[in-house]
Amino acid sequence: MARALLEALNLQVHYGGIAAVKGISFVVEEGEMVCLIGANGAGKTSTLKALARMIPSRGEIHYDRERIEALPGHALIARGLALVPEGRGVFARLTVVENLMMGAYHREDSREISSDLEKIYGLLPRLKERRTQVAGTLSGGEQQMLAIGRALMGRPRLLLLDEPSMGLAPLMVEKVFEVVRKVAAEGVTILLVEQNARLALEVCSRGYVMESGAITLADSSAALLADPRVRAAYLGE
Amino acid sequence: MEILLQQIINGLTTGSVYAVVALGYTMVYGVIQLINFAHGEVVMIGAMVAFSVITALAGSGLPPLLIVLAGVLAAIPSCMLMGYLLERVAYRPLRHAPRLAPLITAIGMSIILQHLALLAWGRNPLAFPQIIDNRVFSVGGAAISTVQIAIILLSLVMMAGLSGFVYRTRFGIAIRATAENVHVAGLMGVNANRVIAATFVIGAALGAVAGVMYGSYYGIAHYTMGFNLGLKAFSAAVLGGIGNIAGAMLGGILLGLVEALGTGYVGELTDLCDWPPAHDWLTAQCADGGNFVLFGSNYQDVFAFLMLILVLVFRPSGLLGERVSERA
Repeated sequence: MARALLEALNLQVHYGGIAAVKGISFVVEEGEMVCLIGANGAGKTSTLKALARMIPSRGEIHYDRERIEALPGHALIARGLALVPEGRGVFARLTVVENLMMGAYHREDSREISSDLEKIYGLLPRLKERRTQVAGTLSGGEQQMLAIGRALMGRPRLLLLDEPSMGLAPLMVEKVFEVVRKVAAEGVTILLVEQNARLALEVCSRGYVMESGAITLADSSAALLADPRVRAAYLGE
Repeated sequence: MEILLQQIINGLTTGSVYAVVALGYTMVYGVIQLINFAHGEVVMIGAMVAFSVITALAGSGLPPLLIVLAGVLAAIPSCMLMGYLLERVAYRPLRHAPRLAPLITAIGMSIILQHLALLAWGRNPLAFPQIIDNRVFSVGGAAISTVQIAIILLSLVMMAGLSGFVYRTRFGIAIRATAENVHVAGLMGVNANRVIAATFVIGAALGAVAGVMYGSYYGIAHYTMGFNLGLKAFSAAVLGGIGNIAGAMLGGILLGLVEALGTGYVGELTDLCDWPPAHDWLTAQCADGGNFVLFGSNYQDVFAFLMLILVLVFRPSGLLGERVSERA
């Protein structure tokens, strides 16, 4: 078995007195693609935000043999941990290329950055067409592509993806997931958070099911897809 | 016609200064949504420091331009340090406090800085030594002085420089990204504290030069000069759309022009003797070419704030602003 790239132990997130994440533990191994599924409000986004140090949390977070819970959020991308936030979070008033260059903000290797930019344009040709356009004028799907492309510009080892399908038309969702698959094929480890459980389980090898702040099931995607509880609660059967 | 041209020249001069000061307000607001009311005082300190250096060197026999340059070069780092300390000591501890707390602190810092300047430089207006031969040129019947030309040109250079920095450099793009979404910028590895400190320091450096320009234009520096200048520059930033860099430049120039034209024409326009006769008493006052002016040029300061009120009533987001309402 590959070694763990990310491990959360007893992770807890509180908002005021309300516990959003109630001491969950999970592992993401190097090179795998894992999903975290669950209903709206189960604590999936809070979990990702805690991993990316955007919000305070309790418990341990091990990333690449280092404890990262005390690090500031802006120190993580240089270690290869990138988050594509829920709602995409593109800089609407910056151009597409400026957004992409922000993804490489922490890097100093300007020659490599330009070659990565060309690679991203190859993967996401729509972004190249619109590179001088202000990101706020892009469609939702294009913004999602931009958010992923921007994260890739940071050369991540671990990509945290928060609801990439949110608010997108089915055709666009398919395109976004095709890109996600390609990224995974390049060896980037991915932790995917999705409400669309079927879609998530179809692309990932393993999954965790989250329910009101706790992990209730953890298994291979095939087993979860066959599990009657998952089928009833998340696959609408 | 000469009045029009003359007031345009005067308005461009003061407007350039307003624009440069307004940039300091707007950059800080853009990033942390704080109106740094102490910015006017930073500008004042710039004028004061330059005054001290220029006065000290005035008799030294150095070339006058070099002396002025030394004054500016002393003012800039002093103000940058002050801008940095303001952010570090007064605002950063309140970063996550309710919005009213840093606002009140800003007003408090403004008062503190004014009174520190009062202690250091005294209560009397300080006359800038006239070491540079301020020549006056005639353009179409209007006068423009070397100082005015220098102020307008220098301001344009600074505005172009700032635009280049903010729109072309990596750190400039990071500043705009942080202004838009500080959390996502953090995900890109942007250290928000550094960006915020940078906006204060850059705004203060621009303000230092603006202070020297303002002081040498009117020939005096005074510990209260930052208050009025700061309020007008703030009005200019709001007029252009606070948080918007191009807006601050546009707002500053427009405000200077409105103020100058308003001041130039308000006397003529409110001379009741030019109006249809309303009363025998007034007709008597106007006999023999007399006049009865309702509002004179001492109403100069009214125009800036009248404009601020009109903007807030009719277009709160300013001329180039977009999303102030959702944040106010």
